[in-house]
Amino acid sequence: MDAPNSVVLALIGVAMMVAGYLLYSKFLARRVYKLNAEFKTPSHAYRDGVDFVPTNKYVLWGHHFTSVAGAAPIVGPAVAVIWGWLPAFLWVVFGTIFIAGMHDLGALWASQRNKGQSIGTLSGRYIGPRGRNLFLVVVFLLLLMVVCAFGVVISDLLVAQPGAVIPVWGALIVALLVGQAIYRFRMNLLLVTALGVAALYALILVGDRYPITLPEQFLGLNPNGQWIVLLFLYAAVASLLPVWVLLQPRDYINGIQLFIGLGILYGATLIATPTIVAPAFNSNAPADTPSLIPLLFVTIACGAISGFHGTVATGTTSKQLDRETDARFVGYFGAVGEGLLALGAIIATTAGFQTLAQWEEVYDSFSSGGVPVFVEGGANIVNAGLGIPAGLSATILATMAVLFAATTMDTGVRLMRFVVQEVGELAKVKVNVVVSTAVVVVIAAALTFSQGGDGSGGMLIWPLFGTTNQLLAALTMGIITVILLRKGRPFLPVLIPMAFVLVMSLYAALVQVFGFFDDGEWLLFSLNVVILIAGTWVLIESIIAMLGARKLQKEPEDDELLTDDEKLPAS
Amino acid sequence: MDPLTLFRRAERHLREFYTAPYRRVFARAKRDEEDLFMMLVLSEALGVPNPASGATLELLPEMLDRMHQWHLRQGLDSSPVDGLACC
Repeated sequence: MDAPNSVVLALIGVAMMVAGYLLYSKFLARRVYKLNAEFKTPSHAYRDGVDFVPTNKYVLWGHHFTSVAGAAPIVGPAVAVIWGWLPAFLWVVFGTIFIAGMHDLGALWASQRNKGQSIGTLSGRYIGPRGRNLFLVVVFLLLLMVVCAFGVVISDLLVAQPGAVIPVWGALIVALLVGQAIYRFRMNLLLVTALGVAALYALILVGDRYPITLPEQFLGLNPNGQWIVLLFLYAAVASLLPVWVLLQPRDYINGIQLFIGLGILYGATLIATPTIVAPAFNSNAPADTPSLIPLLFVTIACGAISGFHGTVATGTTSKQLDRETDARFVGYFGAVGEGLLALGAIIATTAGFQTLAQWEEVYDSFSSGGVPVFVEGGANIVNAGLGIPAGLSATILATMAVLFAATTMDTGVRLMRFVVQEVGELAKVKVNVVVSTAVVVVIAAALTFSQGGDGSGGMLIWPLFGTTNQLLAALTMGIITVILLRKGRPFLPVLIPMAFVLVMSLYAALVQVFGFFDDGEWLLFSLNVVILIAGTWVLIESIIAMLGARKLQKEPEDDELLTDDEKLPAS
Repeated sequence: MDPLTLFRRAERHLREFYTAPYRRVFARAKRDEEDLFMMLVLSEALGVPNPASGATLELLPEMLDRMHQWHLRQGLDSSPVDGLACC
């Protein structure tokens, strides 16, 4: 087969996902979830100006999309194209259409039909009391792994792209200033946004001119190790600061950056029209590449199906949904946005190189793929398309990727701190904020460094992260299936993807557990065993709950169910 | 639509985009601060000497309607202050 042009690939991918939104999400909204514009959503029923606030659907989509998309849909595809571009492309496109979109829309719907409750509470209600504990375990593992993996991702990038050091750390100062400008000086937000973005890009120019590298050895650590230590210190401090000082303005600027980044990447691809040099199926894969089935399906988690979206959809988004029918745009199209990011990553890593030999040189081992390759390939495309020098383009993309990953890191530390405090409460021990943060950071850093002093093994954890993420997605789809069964609605559009995702992730966990055993990676081995147990548990609990739901009397539909009080006036 | 209205609308949506994800965190921080203040106002009644009790006593009527939620949050099933029954 002749190598296709990346524009063709981009157009086919975008067209399919948009068709998925226009056709499949319409089917889901009408037949399966039966979205009802008259249903009084929690944002109206429990309106409190804090959690429950009816929000414009475009603004809400912006929140939802920027909260769920980050570095993960870049890392996964950048590793997975080692099997060739076609498997990654198909999994991202079909995963987004039939699994991620359905899952995000379903989670949103399920939550707002249950007073806007979170997926943890829903699993307690529909799967049983053990469901809630199971959920806590899975979420803690997920956060732990994402924090470790991203620590490694960022340190790799800062070593590979020393030009990004100044903008990455300078972005913190920009965020601090933005926070002050908004809360202390009450400046116009449009103006602050423009100034903030301009300052960030000025820093990128400065950083590109003055790259910073750390000393070869310091306290027995190589530069990667030093960055990882600095990053964990940063994450600890950032998670302790009041949110308005740093996290809020930083999240905001990153959200804006996400749109700019997608624009740059797709714009450059359209102008440069690079040819894909990577093979459709890589028959010449490096010796250490694991089998495509099942590892592809856990290597690309975010971008095809991600359980993490369920926590965002049910945690905050569902409480702000103005009309139930908005769920289709916010939930399904939010997943499409993330699919587009993953597709962009596939294009950058397969079309950003001149020849197949060059590409094979980069992908010489399963652990060579990742964000640095995305930055390198993406920079070549941006250089060809927009005429920005390759070095500067690389600095732009690296800064963006680091900022996404760093946001996830400190938010992850913050959320894990809450879990540690909750566990402390259960054990009747009062754990204060600093101690719980320290516990989290020490556990995460130990896991990262257990793979070697330079943190080089951190990416071994990536497929494990994917597996956990898929388990969470399967748990959410299990809950949605139970709700649909109770209502007597068609449930196969949810049950089939759930079975597929669960089987693939359990299979992947099994494959990996033997691998870790052979390599003597005992820490990862134990983690994997915990994941396997949690996965089997999800499977058993879901089956029990589904069988139970079949026997119950069917719940009535909206026309009998809703009283006038539970309806919104037609808009 | 004239540019000024468009500009205002963009600003309003952007502001929503900025504030909404953190509304809950802010509300909780504000509530914690008010809880502390409530304890100061009630400190005399709780047995803690308060040199400013003359001034805080005046605030009592203002605080009364928040009293019920407050003592529930502090883990007390009924009002801790004699003669101030709210439930």
